[in-house]
Order: sequence, then structure tokens, then C-alpha cells
Amino acid sequence: MKYKYLLLGVFLSACLVVSACAAPSGGTPTATTGTASPTPTAQAGVIKVGLNAELTGSIPKVGKSCKQGAELAVKEVNDAGGLEVAGQKYKIQVYVEDNEDKGDVAASVTQKLITQYGVVGVIGPNASRNAIPASEIAESAQVPLIGPWPSNPKFTIDSTTGQPKKWVFRLFYLDSDQGPANAKFVKEEFNASKVAILYAIDSDYNKGMAEFFSKAFEELGGKVVAYESYSTADKNFTSQLTKIKTANPDVVFLPNYYNEVALQLQQAHQLGINAVFMTTDASFSSELLTLGGKDVEGLYLYSTFITDAASANPVAKKFIDSYRAAYGEDPDDVASLTYDSFGLLFQAIQSAGKIDRQAVRDALATPHTYSGVTGETIFKGTGDPIKNIYWVQVKDGQFRLYLPKNYKP
Amino acid sequence: MAAIAATPSKLRGTMSFFFQQLLNALQVGSIYALVSIGYTMVYGVLTMINFAHGDVFMVSSYIAFFFSTFLLKIASQFASFLAFPITVFATIILTSFLAIIIERLAYKPLRSAPRVSAVITALSVGILLETLTLALIGPEPRQIPPLILKVGYNFQGASFSFFQILILGVSFLCMLILDFIVYRTKVGMAMRAISFDKTVVPLMGVPIDRIITVTFALGAAVAAVGGVIFGSVYSLDPYMGIRIGWWAFIAAVLGGIGNIRGAMIGGLFLGGIEVFVTAYAASSYRDFIAFAILLLFLIFKPTGILGKPQIKKV
Amino acid sequence: MTTKGITQLSGLRDKFKKRQWALALALVFLFALTFLIPRYGLLNEYVQLIIIYIGINIIMAVSLNMVNGYMGDFSLGHAGFMLIGAYVSSILTVWVFPRNWNPILTSAILFPIAVTAGGLAAALASLIVAFPSFKTRGDYLALVTLAFNMICVSVVQNIEAIGAGRGFMGMKKLTTMPWVFIWALIAIWVIRSFVYSNFGRGTVSIREDETAAELVGVNTRHVKVLTFVISSFFAGIGGALFAHILQFITPNTFQLQKNVDFLVMVYLGGMGSIGGSILGAVTYTVILELLREALTILGTFPIFASIPSLEVWRWVLAPLLLILLMIYRNQGIMGLREFGFLVPFRDRFGARFWLKRRELTNANSSN
Repeated sequence: MKYKYLLLGVFLSACLVVSACAAPSGGTPTATTGTASPTPTAQAGVIKVGLNAELTGSIPKVGKSCKQGAELAVKEVNDAGGLEVAGQKYKIQVYVEDNEDKGDVAASVTQKLITQYGVVGVIGPNASRNAIPASEIAESAQVPLIGPWPSNPKFTIDSTTGQPKKWVFRLFYLDSDQGPANAKFVKEEFNASKVAILYAIDSDYNKGMAEFFSKAFEELGGKVVAYESYSTADKNFTSQLTKIKTANPDVVFLPNYYNEVALQLQQAHQLGINAVFMTTDASFSSELLTLGGKDVEGLYLYSTFITDAASANPVAKKFIDSYRAAYGEDPDDVASLTYDSFGLLFQAIQSAGKIDRQAVRDALATPHTYSGVTGETIFKGTGDPIKNIYWVQVKDGQFRLYLPKNYKP
Repeated sequence: MAAIAATPSKLRGTMSFFFQQLLNALQVGSIYALVSIGYTMVYGVLTMINFAHGDVFMVSSYIAFFFSTFLLKIASQFASFLAFPITVFATIILTSFLAIIIERLAYKPLRSAPRVSAVITALSVGILLETLTLALIGPEPRQIPPLILKVGYNFQGASFSFFQILILGVSFLCMLILDFIVYRTKVGMAMRAISFDKTVVPLMGVPIDRIITVTFALGAAVAAVGGVIFGSVYSLDPYMGIRIGWWAFIAAVLGGIGNIRGAMIGGLFLGGIEVFVTAYAASSYRDFIAFAILLLFLIFKPTGILGKPQIKKV
Repeated sequence: MTTKGITQLSGLRDKFKKRQWALALALVFLFALTFLIPRYGLLNEYVQLIIIYIGINIIMAVSLNMVNGYMGDFSLGHAGFMLIGAYVSSILTVWVFPRNWNPILTSAILFPIAVTAGGLAAALASLIVAFPSFKTRGDYLALVTLAFNMICVSVVQNIEAIGAGRGFMGMKKLTTMPWVFIWALIAIWVIRSFVYSNFGRGTVSIREDETAAELVGVNTRHVKVLTFVISSFFAGIGGALFAHILQFITPNTFQLQKNVDFLVMVYLGGMGSIGGSILGAVTYTVILELLREALTILGTFPIFASIPSLEVWRWVLAPLLLILLMIYRNQGIMGLREFGFLVPFRDRFGARFWLKRRELTNANSSN
């Protein structure tokens, strides 16, 4: 009988010793690079790309636009015979995965795209709350990740070292820059001295933007009279809005997504709040108009892409026409940015000359400008480019380009 | 009235704030109350927690959505004061039907099985409803089109609409009707009898299967009213039933599970917690306080606000 | 005793001993595999990931089975313990322990310390649930554990320092196949030893009739506390391993929905059966993946391509199968039976052994 326990003890100690010796190195897990996986498909003239989108969850329109933009980009390249890299033509194969608008699923989906399909790069997710965890995975697995829509600074900053990430790129501006721009807009356009903010506390984008905005607004001499929060799945904002109403603000700032903003405006009107309402690019979606109805009339926001202004650019016009023909609706900013993300990736693969994650990453990291349907994206060697925005107002149930008072063409 | 009018404006500010929040709490709480009734009724009769109830509520909202959009399409100048009651009525009927089907197909075969099987089945039915809705209808959130003009009123600084008053009235009416059925009719008496002693009741000549079916149908009907209300005021999506379901269940427990009046009180109480914690503290503490109260109740008064202590016989 | 008798008796003992040796060899072989597979890429990386998740699920299912299966209670708080284990271990590896140590030492010393700490924290927290369990049973205990789970989640949601609702990240991918194997083995061994010990048999007696158990002399309080503590310790371990493979944790992952996964694994496999929980965990994970693959393949056929989000149907089929299982075979795959290699000698052959021996001795003495 005692033999058994002795044996077990020896066995377990042996386990511990052996596991220590054979453990993979901390930062670069052997499980996801080189040795185990096939190199990102040099197989049979196919380039594999992963798409990580919010197809279900609370903002499915974002995922749908993302997927449509992606499919259009890939179809155009494949119809032309494929992407030409170092003299050889490759077809593009895109794997679309749903991150269910949850951060942990976004992380596991990124792992799946990297391990199961061996993609050369991942595009998406879109909402910062999903993009940030996905970017951590990509950074640790050393796979290039391009975010079309995330604007929170943490997306490209390593959470533990505070240094910029090496493998993560975005096509969007930073909220740390946009927050002050928003504050300036609100102060100058509406002569506002009192602002109320309602934001989602458990979502990186909303919380980040609320902080950047309020800090900048107070630096400009304004006062934040109400700073209310809620959780992402909430639908009842009457408590917080009642507090906002009592504070009597000039402007109510709602840095939230379209499903939340629509309800917030409805309930605000029901409570009789008289103020100017402003939201951000996060709710720039046709669904905002559908869900919000009359209540979103007069709402101010902004976006990198609006068909009014973009049609002037012939490349953009061609894109708008093909998108309309394929999907029966106008492309929104998510669709156009995703389209451009794919273009950016293709351009990087071509300039790298081979289908290799490190080479593609290096190509993306060299300072360059990408000209796409959303205009010019200027990369200066980091993952954060310089990008322009348009101000927008909802008029007659449509998004219309809005020219600020001191607008200089 | 004169006393209120004479209140200095600063205090009136606080009063109107409180009153507004009270209205908010009543609106939220009445939805919880309507849904929790279903949980408590089924538990009283079958000692089973019907975890699928929250999702039945969600489906009822969708039924109301499709029905009302259909109505508005076929007759856009429909006498709008008829559209609302017709939608409510149709939703009630269809939802009760759904609940009866679920009961017959999934729960009835398990009546003599160990309790855990029933729980797993209930959870699975719930998930099935959620994902079927997601797969067939899509994830996009929607809202029931306005069937009643949202005329606004103002009272002492608190704003509300005619629709909100209607909601409160309809909820209250529902609860009254249900109370009447359960405490003053034969069917109700049978339901209460079953919750006392299930084995003896059939011996008295009561068709136990039929009564159980009626219980499910009634619970679903009341939840359907909640579904119409919720879908009109907020938005619908396939997962909305999860949170509302769990909270309504907690409301039922707080009020004393098995006790219908308790469920109503529990629902309103929970709505109050939700609104007033957000109003006077921050919304992120809401869950913590609600569950801490639940835990305290479970430890010190597990039978809830209106429950009676149960003696366990050996 | 007759020669035939002695042979019969020792035959049983030998058979048992042979079985044990075979088992030990099999385990050593499997353990070796867990090193070889990642190093030489014997399996697709994604499959390796799935195997790690299966291992974690096994730990969670087997530990939940202690409370739900053997003790007959209904715990809805298992995800809460997982959350505690995940957060405590992650905070240790990301903030407290030196980050850029020698990776071999990190994996061999720091990681097991962090994981054990996670387990201990969860075990400590389980006392909050264990004490109310003295007075309450059945549904009320379910509610207590549910409330506990939700309180854990909402407490974390309010602590800004660890990311609140937005999540905590920065963990290195420290969970490897060998580690999961080791921890799963420890979990199975500890729980199986506990359950088959004299003290642990008390859990089953509580399940059958608590009052009777008290009367017979089972110290129900001690048994309950220890069962909860051990069960939640391993839930914490599972959470810690989970955090270090996903590299991102958020309180929303550990909501009540997660409990449904574990409940299904336990009941699918069969309550009160460790082998059942293992089978349940494996089956559940594998079936979900297979369904996903099947639907992806189906999606390539033109008729199905037009259906949006075909993958969602996976979550329609899975509960449907479960409902059918509950209606037609509600004792799960294994029922109350157990795999032979998990049952100790005296329980499996014991009665036969001693009866046979007595019979033979009597036969002898009467000769």
C-alpha cells in the first residue's frame, strides 16, 4: 500500500521538475509562433486574413458594416485576379468571426484566427472595449492587427509596459486628441458653459472619451455640471437623466453607441430636458436614425466618412457606388474604414514582398501615407495615424454635413 | 396643496427630483412585478424555478413588435387608441400559447424526474428561445412603434407622459385581475391548494394537469403585458430577457416565493432599489446593493417579505 | 483454504494491482504527450488550445460535482469562485511578481504559486457560502450561491484599480498543456480520495437524507464546510488557469451564464460520478466545437450560404439536444456509475473480496 504513495510522490516531483525545464518562454509562447503552426499560408497562392467583428451583441450594425466593407474589398481584389506580391498573384481568403461584442470572446476569437487558420493579419474588432483585449493577444502572439474603428489610446499601448505596441495599427484618430477637439467645438459652437455627460462606465471607449472631454472642457473654462454613468446593457437611463435635468446643462454630451444614444435621447425628451445634444462617431450609424426616430433630430456628431463630403473624391465615389449596388445602402464610416484597412494590409503585403507576419508588420511600421476612400491616413512610424473628421448633424432624419461657424475650407 | 405651493424653491427642487425618481421607479418596478408573478406562480404550483420565463417575456416583446408593425402597415390611419389594446390582447394570447406549448413538451415529461433535470431543461429552453430569436430574427435592437401619442405633462417639475400613466394603470389593473383570479375564484383556489399539498389535490377531483397549464398561461399572460410595455418604452433584443428574468426572479424571492402579492411588492421594491441607488449614489452600486439585500434576506428571513416559515417534517 | 480459493482471492487482488499499473503507465504516457505535442506541433495549435480548455473544464466540472452531485446541493456560485481565482492569480503575475524573470523559473515557481493563491482565495471566500448552507438547503442554497456569485461580479465591477467592468489584462500565456494536465490530475485525485474516504462518504449521506445523517453521527457541518472549501479551491485553480490562457478577464465572463455551462457538464455526465464529470466536460466542449465545424462546412454549400449567422444555430441545437437528453436519459451519460479505475479497491472489489475470503475460511474451518 505504501508503495503507491511513494510512487505518486516521485511521479509528481518528476512532473514539476520536467515541466519547469520544458516550459515555453514567457513572452513568446511556442504554441502560437513558428514551430507549431504552418507559416501564414504560402500554400497554393492564397493569403489568409482574419476579420473580428461585432456580428451579434448590442451593436450588430457595426459588425454588419464591417463585414460588408471587408467582403467588398476582398471581392474587388479577387475579381481582378488576386493580389500581386513579388510577381505572383494570390487570392485573398477572409475568415469572418463573431466576437459577440464581448471583450473575452474578442480575445478568444483572435486566438482562434491566429491558431486555427494561421492568418497573416487580423482586421478588427471595432469597438474599443473589444479591440483592446484582442490587441493584447495579437501583440503577444506577434501577429499584425489593424483596427478600423477603435479610437481609445489603450488600443495601441501595451497595458503592462506603457510603451506603444509593435504589432497593432489603427485607421482612426486618438480620443486623447479628439476629446479636446470636441470640447472646443462645444464651447465655441454653442457658447456652452455648462455640460452634462452620460457615459457607460464598463466600456473603454465611452469612459475614455468622457474623461478626455471633461478634462479638456474644464481647461477651457467650462463646467461639467453632471457626470453620470451606467452599464453597457442598461436600457433605463431615467434616473441619471433626471439628475442631469436638475443640473440644467447647456449641452448634454453622450459618447456612447447608437443603441444607447437612441434610447437616451428618447428618455431625455420624455423628461423634458432642454439642451443641445451631442454624441460622437461611435453612434454614427443608420440604425441610430431607425431606432431614434424623431427624437434624434438636431443631434450633433462627427465622423471620418460621410457620403455628402466623400463623393467629391473619385475613389470614394466609386466605392460608394459599388457598395450601394452590392448592399442597397450607403456605406457608413465602419464600412469605409474596414475597406481601407484591407487596402492598407494589401499595400503592406505588397511592399513587404512576402507573406510573412514580421515583414508585413515592418512594412506597416515604416512611415507612409495610405490614400483610401476615407481620405489620407498618415502614418509616422507608429500605430496611430493622423486623420481628419467631418462634423455632422441629423437633419430631416438624415446625416448632413455640418459646417462649424469658424469653418475654413 | 397650499403647503406644497408654499415650499421654498430649493426644497421643491429636491421634492420634484424625488417625485420624478419615484415615477421612474414605479415604471421600472411594475415591469419587474409583472414578470416576477410568473416565476412565483409556477414555483408555488410545481416547486420549480422556471428559468425560461424571462425569455418568454422577451418573446412576448417580439410578438408585440411584429404585431404592431403589421397593424400599422395594414391600416396606418388606424384608430390609434384601438391599436394598443389589440396589440396587448394578441400578445397575451400568443404568449400564453407559447408557454403552454413549452409546458406540455418540456416540463410535463419531467414532473416525476429529479428536480435538477427540470432546472437544466428550463435553462435550456431559455437558451433555445434566445438563440432561435437571434437566428431567425437577427441581433439588431428594435423598438415597438409608438401606438399611443406621447403627450407630456408636468407636475411640480416632474415630467411624465400620458403613456407612462397608461403603463402604470395597465400594470396595476393586471395585478388586480390576477389577485382576483388567484384569491377569489375556484381556479385560483385550486392553484393555491396545489402549492400546499400536491398529492392530495387530484384525489379531491381537481384536474391537476389543467390547473398547472392554466398557471403557466396566466404567468405568461401577465409577463406579456410587461413585454409590450418594455418594448414600447425601451428596446428589444434577443438577450433582454436574461437580466430582466433574473431580476424578476430575485424580486419574487424577496417578496416570498410562492406568494403572488409578495412578488408584486418585491418587483416594486427592486425597481425602487434600482432607481434610487442610481439617483442618490451611482448606477454601478446598484447590482451590489440589490444582491447584498437578497443575501441578507436569505440568511435572516429566507421566506421573504410576505412568506411564511416552512416547517420541515422528518 | 483451498488452493482454488486462494487463487481466486489473489486473482482479484492481482487484477486490481495490474489495473493500477496500467493506469499509472497510461498517465505517464499522456503526460509525456503534453510536452511533445506543442514542441513538435503534432496537433494543430487550435486543437491544442481546445485541449487546454477541456482540461480546465474538467477541473471545473469535477469540483462542481462535489457539491452538486455528491452532496446533492445546487450551487449556482461556481463561476464566482472561478472569478476570484482568475483575478487573484492575475494580479499576482501582472503586478506583484517580477515580470521579466527567467521564463523557465516563472513557469515552474511563480505560476504555480499564483495559481495556488487563486485557489486559496476562492477557498476562503467559499466560507461565506458554506456557513449559510448549514441552515438552508435546496433552492434557498441555490439562491445564496447565486447572490454570492453576483456580489463577486459586482464588487469587481466597482474596483477601478483592476479595470472594473472593462477587464484586466496583461497576463502572459503561462497556462500550458503540461500544467493543465498536472492540475487536472491533482484535482481528480484529491476529490476522488475525499469522496471515497470515510469522512467524505458523509457527503453522499447528506444528499440522501440530511436529518438521518445527523442522527447517525455524521458531522454535517464539518462535511459541508470541507466540501465547499475543496470544491471552490479547485474552481479557483480553474479560474487562474483560464485567466492565463485567455490573457484577458472581465467580470462579465463569470456571470450566471457561465454556471450554466458547468451545470450542463456535470449533469450531462451524470451526478455523483467523477468519471461522468470528466466525460461531460469533454463531451460538451467537443460537441460544441464539432457543431461549429459542421455548421461552417454547411455554410459553404450554396443553399445554406444565404442564411446569415449560421454559427448561431450551434446554440440552438445544443440546448435542444440537452432537453432531449433530460427527457429521455436524465441520469446523464454515466448515471451514478463510476469508472473502474477511479474507485478504490475496497469499494470495488472489497465486498466481494472479504465475503469470498470469509466464505472460504468458513469452508476451510468446517472441513
